[in-house]
Amino acid sequence: MDSGKGLLASELDSQRTLNPYVTGTSVVGIKYKDGILMASDMGGSYGSTLRYKSVERLKPIGKHSLLGASGEISDFQEILRYLDELIIYDNMWDDGNSLGPKEIHNYLNRVMYNRRNKFDPLWNSLVLGGVKNGQKYLGTVSMIGVHFEDNHIATGFGNHLARPILRDEWKEDMSFEEGVKLLEKCMLVLLYRDRSAINKLQRRSDWWWWCFMEIGEVDVETRKDRSYLDSGDYEEVTMNKSCSSPRTSAGATLIAKITEEGITVSQPYALKTFWGFTAYQNPTKGAEGSW
Amino acid sequence: MASKQQANWSPYDNNGGTCVAIAGSNYCVIAADTRLSTGYSILTRDYSKLQQLADKSILASSGFQADIKALQKHLSAKHLIYQHQHNKQMSCPAMAQLLSNTLYYKRFFPYYAFNVLGGLDNEGKGCVFTYDAVGSYERVGYSSQGSGSTLITPVLDNQLKSPSPLLIPQETEAVDLVKDVFASAAERDIYTGDRVEITIVNAAGIRREYAELRKD
Amino acid sequence: MFRNQYDTDVTTWSPAGRLFQVEYAMEAVKQGSAAIGLRSKTHVVLATVNKSNSELSSHQKKIFKIDDHIGVAIAGLTADGRVLSRYLRSECINYAFTYESPLPVGRLVVQLADKAQVCTQRSWKRPYGVGLLVAGLDESGAHLYYNCPSGNYFEYQAFAIGSRSQAAKTYLERKFESFTNSSREDLIKDALFAIKETLQGEKLTSSICTVAVVGVEEPFHIMDQKTIQELIESLEIKEEEPTDQGEAMEERSPEAAPAPMDI
Repeated sequence: MDSGKGLLASELDSQRTLNPYVTGTSVVGIKYKDGILMASDMGGSYGSTLRYKSVERLKPIGKHSLLGASGEISDFQEILRYLDELIIYDNMWDDGNSLGPKEIHNYLNRVMYNRRNKFDPLWNSLVLGGVKNGQKYLGTVSMIGVHFEDNHIATGFGNHLARPILRDEWKEDMSFEEGVKLLEKCMLVLLYRDRSAINKLQRRSDWWWWCFMEIGEVDVETRKDRSYLDSGDYEEVTMNKSCSSPRTSAGATLIAKITEEGITVSQPYALKTFWGFTAYQNPTKGAEGSW
Repeated sequence: MASKQQANWSPYDNNGGTCVAIAGSNYCVIAADTRLSTGYSILTRDYSKLQQLADKSILASSGFQADIKALQKHLSAKHLIYQHQHNKQMSCPAMAQLLSNTLYYKRFFPYYAFNVLGGLDNEGKGCVFTYDAVGSYERVGYSSQGSGSTLITPVLDNQLKSPSPLLIPQETEAVDLVKDVFASAAERDIYTGDRVEITIVNAAGIRREYAELRKD
Repeated sequence: MFRNQYDTDVTTWSPAGRLFQVEYAMEAVKQGSAAIGLRSKTHVVLATVNKSNSELSSHQKKIFKIDDHIGVAIAGLTADGRVLSRYLRSECINYAFTYESPLPVGRLVVQLADKAQVCTQRSWKRPYGVGLLVAGLDESGAHLYYNCPSGNYFEYQAFAIGSRSQAAKTYLERKFESFTNSSREDLIKDALFAIKETLQGEKLTSSICTVAVVGVEEPFHIMDQKTIQELIESLEIKEEEPTDQGEAMEERSPEAAPAPMDI
């Protein structure tokens, strides 16, 4: 066999995933007083094109678990089909036993690891949160089967941008409001920084639609009014109040919560953003000659 | 088609970490740090790389976390079957042979795992077995594996390769030595840090200690 | 001479709607030495009678640990029992490998029953000649099941199988209402009394019985002989006074046997 042609042919008619097509970005999850909070946006990117704007990437799994996914959307939806089957089979026994978050996390790990063993990976990073018998659980699995538990977890860019914030500010037994506030802060930083070049990010803001999932108790209106930019680490950036940005609510984001009582997934809503920073208006200032 | 963003996909990752084991005349110290990394990122600061496989054998592994976990679960399941069949715990040397066979079984798609197995043998003497990823192994008096092993091994050589068995350290000295070598490795190896988990196996049973390491 | 025309293979029905090979397999369970089980809210106790075939041989093992949360006691063909125990163990190990949690007892029992059922419907197979009392603990509590060669299974508060098990059943039927709230110790005592019933006057010693326990915070384990002997001796003192000569109820009444699948 002609080795060169053979290799090429095997790439072209490969039945395995060699790269992702439509992808979702970071998922962030934290433990809080009553359970787990998770956040993600609803974007589905086709390379650098924002192709889909209302993809649900946070899904309840059975009674005790919540799954968030970044990476290939079609693979995630395939995983959801596996889990649906699993949960239905589990419920069919109707014997008082049920799969909790730990079991689902382990199962997902087996699925991901088995697929990597076949060199046919499911191109996702998954976050699994849940509460069962008063026990909080938050874990993650990667596309090659790397998995662990922690008090806070973020996939993809979130591991670079959100987790440092979480390491600073997360504490045991945060209230629901504190938790949501912390997640929104993480999502806002991700919204601003998830794209390496500033001009791309600015363009992106047209269509970048973050969605936190709505969670009952917290009033959407009050959250919309919140500005997290006028406090904390972000103060040093000069805000140009005179510039009225037409896109003050560029990003909608979702938060989902899971407690012993159940799972609530919110309606998509917008994060309050502000694009009037002088750094945004004059991005090359202080970087003369770079681009 | 979306442009190719990822470099060629690899089924492996190196999640880092360092393992050390020291055998004494009637004890064994097995230790590993608790950092889990990928590339320049830390995944979590509190992940145990130690697994108790039997009464008197403890496995410390570094390398690719998914493979390590699969290996640990496989060995634990095998040990359960062994207990059902023989009504006793597997000895540490037997576990050592099983681990070697298990690694070699995947010779052509290896577990990316670097193992040190420590415990007590049937005479109650401390034993350490050290491995490569495909199962070659050797019984030694002490060993270090993983990302920090290049920094630690020469120190252990210097401190422990004694010309006389009388110079083999006492339990507490060995534990202190382990704390020192981990603190030292954490200075220079970015994949070693956060915390070191130390288990001590002796006639009385198993004891566990922790020491803090650099977190940067 | 009368010869049964419908018992030469498992897959042939008799005109009365019976599968004789399956019933013969269930007969094998009755030939085996007795095994009993009983449960409270938190514990399950299994006990068996150990009979050796000869003075020169030891007895065969009749209680098997399946996992930390499940154990079985068998009556009938011990060899079949061992094979099924191995199956149960591997199912538990596989489940734990995927989910890192124990397999619910009821689900294991159904898998076992389905395996037994297959043997009642294949011409080249024979039914297992063993009955299993499956004791276990899961999130829905303590459970005791009986698995039959026919592929049927039942959940019980207390049950006895094997030779002269009727006497034990009578004892258990008299007392089962109190078992739910019994202490672990009382459950073990009742297990010993039930075993004693099956011995028909023969002296109960730790060498002719095996007792195993599983419960909350207590992984399945077979109790050691010394503890059992001490327990037996403490019971005998109380027993001394009112000994009515044990009911000698023969459980095998040859006439008018109902189709035994429904037991």
